[in-house]
Amino acid sequence: MSDKPRKFKGGVHPNDSKALSAHKAIEAAPLLESYKVIMHQNIGAPPELVVKKGDAVKKGSLLAKAGGFVSVPLHSPTSGVVKAIDKVPGPTGISVPCIEITADGEDEWESPFEPIADWKNTDPAELKQRVWDAGVVGMGGAGFPAHVKLSPPEGKTIDTLILNGAECEPYLTADHRLMLERADDVALGCAIIARILGLETGVIGVENNKPDAIAALRDAAVKHGVTVQALPVNYPQGAEKQLIYAITGREVPVGKLPMDVGCVVQNVASATAIVDAVVKGVPSIERVTTVTGKPLVDPGNWLFRIGTPISTALELAGGITEQPAKLLLGGPMMGIAQSSLNVTVMKNTSGVLLIAQDEVSQYTSEPCIRCGRCVECCPMSILPATISQAVENKRFDWAEKLNVMACIECGSCSYSCPSHRPLNQHFKRAKVEIQAGLRKKG
Amino acid sequence: MITAIIAVGILGAVLGVVIGFVAKAFAVEVDERIEQVEELLPGANCGGCGYAGCADFAKGVVAQRATPDQCPVCSSEDVVAIADYLGISAEEKEKMVALVRCSGDIPNTVRSLYNGVRDCRSAVLVAGGAKGCDYGCLGFGSCAEACPFGAIEMRDGLAIVHKELCVGCENCVAACPKDLILMVPAAATTHVYCNSPEKGAAKRAVCKTACIACRKCVKASGEEDHMEIDGFLIRSNYENPPAAELVEAAACPTTALRVDTEHAKGAYQGASK
Repeated sequence: MSDKPRKFKGGVHPNDSKALSAHKAIEAAPLLESYKVIMHQNIGAPPELVVKKGDAVKKGSLLAKAGGFVSVPLHSPTSGVVKAIDKVPGPTGISVPCIEITADGEDEWESPFEPIADWKNTDPAELKQRVWDAGVVGMGGAGFPAHVKLSPPEGKTIDTLILNGAECEPYLTADHRLMLERADDVALGCAIIARILGLETGVIGVENNKPDAIAALRDAAVKHGVTVQALPVNYPQGAEKQLIYAITGREVPVGKLPMDVGCVVQNVASATAIVDAVVKGVPSIERVTTVTGKPLVDPGNWLFRIGTPISTALELAGGITEQPAKLLLGGPMMGIAQSSLNVTVMKNTSGVLLIAQDEVSQYTSEPCIRCGRCVECCPMSILPATISQAVENKRFDWAEKLNVMACIECGSCSYSCPSHRPLNQHFKRAKVEIQAGLRKKG
Repeated sequence: MITAIIAVGILGAVLGVVIGFVAKAFAVEVDERIEQVEELLPGANCGGCGYAGCADFAKGVVAQRATPDQCPVCSSEDVVAIADYLGISAEEKEKMVALVRCSGDIPNTVRSLYNGVRDCRSAVLVAGGAKGCDYGCLGFGSCAEACPFGAIEMRDGLAIVHKELCVGCENCVAACPKDLILMVPAAATTHVYCNSPEKGAAKRAVCKTACIACRKCVKASGEEDHMEIDGFLIRSNYENPPAAELVEAAACPTTALRVDTEHAKGAYQGASK
């Protein structure tokens, strides 16, 4: 491991606006009267419901069990009664099933499993089972079940564990605060994951715009036998493939997984969730989320229980001073625009962001002027300009040949396009069409 | 001058003979029935039959891999004409037309500003489109674009089928990301223009012309079984479709129950929210 990480090709440097909330310590959000826990919070199969309307639950009680290997269980954020199995607007705009829990105010705890204090001498398989039972998913945004990444198939050897603390997305500071305030747990989580994978150590990668977090982690890392790697600031440094390249110099081929180059990447928030699951016996029912944006009175970072409506999050941030133009879940580059305040916090909700009227323009998309900025900044070295034209002509077969499937949807191309072309949306569309096998002949 | 005319004249005569010989000696045998059948087909190349176009379909029909009635565009007279020409028997088929099961135009249901790709299949990937209803027409006209016959009009962000132009090729059915378009018998005139399975109150919160399953139309149709109840949604029973008079008799409070030709004219306004 060299001290000088490699710089991946491309990337952009948007204004990070992290100063709005970076200095705000994490505050636990107060207990609400009701939570609407979205049922399907992970990539993969939805979990299977084990409670029904009217059931009494405690904080930590199982609400739904894993519906397959690529699936995780879901636990109750507080004690109370299951009021209804209802629907709420999901983060993609489509209504999704949710479990509504009316809190009894007692917040009575029921541990679904015992803490494992002596994890150093525990069988790695048992630790991995615990990660699964606790319902830990990739908390950086994707929501991929953590235990799946910790289960390399036969024949694939893992030699490097990377914890992702890059947090390259502008505005978001949740991981930054977490690494600063729970530095010891992040390093401990890294050590636990390393044990599950049969490794001696792991690397925590942090963009060097967070020097305080790096300093705090370096102290903790020594104690737990892991290392910290400072990374140059370049969006999307926190993308899995870019992070692996920066730290190890290995490139993940198109259509392959980090496992194929011997790497496992986990988010720092997932690492603390794993510490909670293993050492404290607490399932994944809360997460740190940044609530930020210029229109908010008091942006900051809160520890929310899953199922908290984002209207509550905005209230905690003091409400708004001006009418916002846009509400996003996640950051400005990859976040998804919302049309409802009833969307609730999920395990992968890293941020709630309001964009002011004067910060966003409504552009009309113009024809491509072939300036090549998108090609220069594409971190996956594909040709956004050419692919977007293929997609506009519904030639998904051309798009596929041009490797649209390698696109990580980071949005750097759309960000840099002077013609305001909706490149990222074209690629999302192409990926969906290709995956659905709906190629049109032409 | 004279020399040039003579030279070109001789050249022309010689080449003419050569071309004439080649045309005879190397002629490609074409089954004239294929050309004749193609003449009788509509020539729209819509692909509704599953073949690459009318010429390809004509080949299929002549080779008896396909039957003339597989062409969704041909009227029954056309089908009979083709069958008579080929000396095969034609089967009677019922003409089907597309029905867009939504009445939620933009003034009625819009919830947010959408500034992305003007295409339904792209819009559905971004917050599920700009309208309040998860099940309704997105309004960007992917179906209208897919229609080779210009039978779908986009009006106020709602796809409206002009039945007299629709030939039933089903291209629009595949284009809609919301699976909103149903093929119904052309003889049926009265439909419920709603496809949301949500509860009445939830539907009304986002759309004033949604079917709230009040069952007035079911009651008005009496014992006739013209309407089917499907959860919180009523649909016309296309085995036994209701007559246009039912719309007046039922007095649908949200005007979700409509006569197709009147709907295409924009005759319904919907109740107040």
